Amino acid sequence: MADLDPVMLSRIQFAANITFHILFPSITIALGWVLLFFKSRYNAVKDQKWMDAYFFWTKIFALCFALGVVSGITMSFQFGTNWPGFMETVGNIAGPLLGYEVLTAFFLEATFLGVMLFGFRRVPGWVHTLATFLVAFGTTLSAFWIIVLNSWMQTPDGFVMINGQAHATDWFKIIFNPSFPYRLIHMLLASGLTAAFLVAGISAYRWLRGDRTASVMAALKTGVFLGAILIPVQIFVGDLHGLNTLEHQPQKVAAMEGLWDTQAGAPLLLFALPDEKARENKYEIALPKMASLILTHDAQGTVRGLNDFEGNHPPVRPVFMSFRIMIGTGILMLVASWAAGISLLRRNDITRWQGWLLSVMAFSGWVATVAGWYVTEVGRQPWLVTGVLKTADAISPVPAPMIGISLTLYLLTYAFLMVAFISTIYYMARKAGQGGQPAPVSSTEAIVEAIEK
Amino acid sequence: MEIFSNGQWLPLTFAALMGLSMLIYAVLDGYDLGVGVLMRGAPDDEKDIMISSIGPFWDANETWLVLGVGLLLVAFPMAHGIILSSLYLPVALMLIGIILRGVAFDFRMKARAEHKHAWNFAFFFGSLMAAFSQGYMVGSYILGFDHSASGIAFSVLVGLCLVAAYCLIGSGWLIMKTQGGLQRKAVRWARLSLWGTVTGIGLISLTTPLASARIFDKWFAMPGLLYLAPVPIITGILLVMLEYILRKLPLENDRLCWAPFVTTIGIFVLCFVGLAYSFYPYIVPDQLKIVDAASAPESLMILLVGALIVLPCLIGYTFVAYRIFHGKATDLTYD
Repeated sequence: MADLDPVMLSRIQFAANITFHILFPSITIALGWVLLFFKSRYNAVKDQKWMDAYFFWTKIFALCFALGVVSGITMSFQFGTNWPGFMETVGNIAGPLLGYEVLTAFFLEATFLGVMLFGFRRVPGWVHTLATFLVAFGTTLSAFWIIVLNSWMQTPDGFVMINGQAHATDWFKIIFNPSFPYRLIHMLLASGLTAAFLVAGISAYRWLRGDRTASVMAALKTGVFLGAILIPVQIFVGDLHGLNTLEHQPQKVAAMEGLWDTQAGAPLLLFALPDEKARENKYEIALPKMASLILTHDAQGTVRGLNDFEGNHPPVRPVFMSFRIMIGTGILMLVASWAAGISLLRRNDITRWQGWLLSVMAFSGWVATVAGWYVTEVGRQPWLVTGVLKTADAISPVPAPMIGISLTLYLLTYAFLMVAFISTIYYMARKAGQGGQPAPVSSTEAIVEAIEK
Repeated sequence: MEIFSNGQWLPLTFAALMGLSMLIYAVLDGYDLGVGVLMRGAPDDEKDIMISSIGPFWDANETWLVLGVGLLLVAFPMAHGIILSSLYLPVALMLIGIILRGVAFDFRMKARAEHKHAWNFAFFFGSLMAAFSQGYMVGSYILGFDHSASGIAFSVLVGLCLVAAYCLIGSGWLIMKTQGGLQRKAVRWARLSLWGTVTGIGLISLTTPLASARIFDKWFAMPGLLYLAPVPIITGILLVMLEYILRKLPLENDRLCWAPFVTTIGIFVLCFVGLAYSFYPYIVPDQLKIVDAASAPESLMILLVGALIVLPCLIGYTFVAYRIFHGKATDLTYD
């Protein structure tokens, strides 16, 4: 362990923490709005199925929220324990952004979550709906601030460097930095898709087990239609985001495309194995001129290659591969949601193979979201803040063996929790199907009583 | 006012806000961590009531830790780096403790019945780990991160005493929020943990001035001694009063069921004032001063504006949440 590089260990630890963390916000940001939708449908039509769906998904929301909160607390400590150079250099900018996140968003969601989860009988119906709204709003606001900071690290603006420290000159430029609008919308849509496929996938799992009550079908439709609407929008926004990256971080796009030499009419690689030592690709499957067409909207357009940035571009293989995993998952999402959506429109039901496909894809949003984050985060290397601070220069003096111990503990904890989380969700889905719940809450009188209070 | 003219008020305001967040955290998460540790001594049906007494609150309680550390990170990045890298392992252990208990809280209600015992244990053990690590960090901070054997022994002792203090405030919470057998049990727990708390207060009060000549002079030189005398005296009175009330509880009609909790908050506040006074103006004991560790004034200013607008709202809706869930705890259901 002692001969392991502390920079590499710290990076692995940060990557492990943030990968585990993002899984849960990527569900809760959008699932909060889905819950508000269920609640509003119930308020509008007073059909019990919406309330049953609300209660089932509230429980899953609570579980995701708890995992998100505790893994998020870990993140706020990592800056100091492992990356003190980050705050020492850009603290004047990152600080207020993180501070605003905690003050405006974190407390809001955490406080009203209690009311939303346990307050149904204790507060009037409208207060409960308001609490549901505030939780959804809080999680989205939280995402806003975090994406501001991340985008600023990718494409910093609105600051000057004085004695090696960044000082803010224009907060509007800091917040609305060049990549921010694209990244925020791309992430919110990613969360929408993650939640949509989770809701559709778990509902399809219940459907396959013969649990086809009105509330299961309502949730299934919500998930499938939400996914079917969002995926084309996401493909469009993702393309805009890519063009924005090409403008501000061309070396990242070159790695995503696996393009070594600058060339006109660059091909689109469907598959390849980039070899960074030899600076070439193996086993290429290419579509001629397509990359130029996509990136410059001209088949003969020039795209800059990695060799223009030698020594100053990200590791190619992880960026290249992650990008293909994200795109591949997106295409699968398009196929699955549209096929199921068409069946639902035509026959008001899905077919068996669609049920299988959706249920296998319950966590496909995680795959695409994490792969996408790897593209953008690994793609920023060797920089921590583009052009301002290199990752290796932000490291803490903590010796490698200590980082090794903490990393091992985190990995064990996360692996254990991941197994527990997924198995519990499927267990809840099976139990709900046996009529075991939501017994105490689904008695119509109790709900009417609470709503009319 | 000298402080205002030389521009030092901004870092000091942030130090005060950070201290306030840490204090609120110690009180709020203190009681729910305490309840977690005490759960080990209760049968299953009482465990459910104990959990439901903290259910709607624990998420928001933990957020005060994020705010406290966030303010340290944001306002004093240099100190944040020094403190957290010196406390590397206890921080990691605390975080894993917080993760375990936070998720166990949800899993124990949702997972298979045969796994419930394991999740209960995870809840207890995570709470214990988090409370102990926090105490260890306080001890290590007091000695200026002394990693010698005696420094570690002292930190371990403070760790154990903080567990006792959290158990005390946790029992106070249970006395207030429960009734019957569980309430009587909580009174017994409170009396036991009071002794650990007194040991901790004594230990820190003796060690702090002995370990640092600067702190010794602050407390025992002449006008200071007079101003400060009320802090230990009132603390002593509150401790005696608490023991007296606990001997009498529970009273008829549940009178004074809130008293142990409120008295314990008073003790926490006084201990905090004593510690804050000892270390001022340093943020890293005897190494780095608050003013020297602060971020650029323009960044602090923009954050202060936000904090002054948001903090009242935040405290306001925290009250609303406590108001909604006031009264005795019942079984927790998602309805």
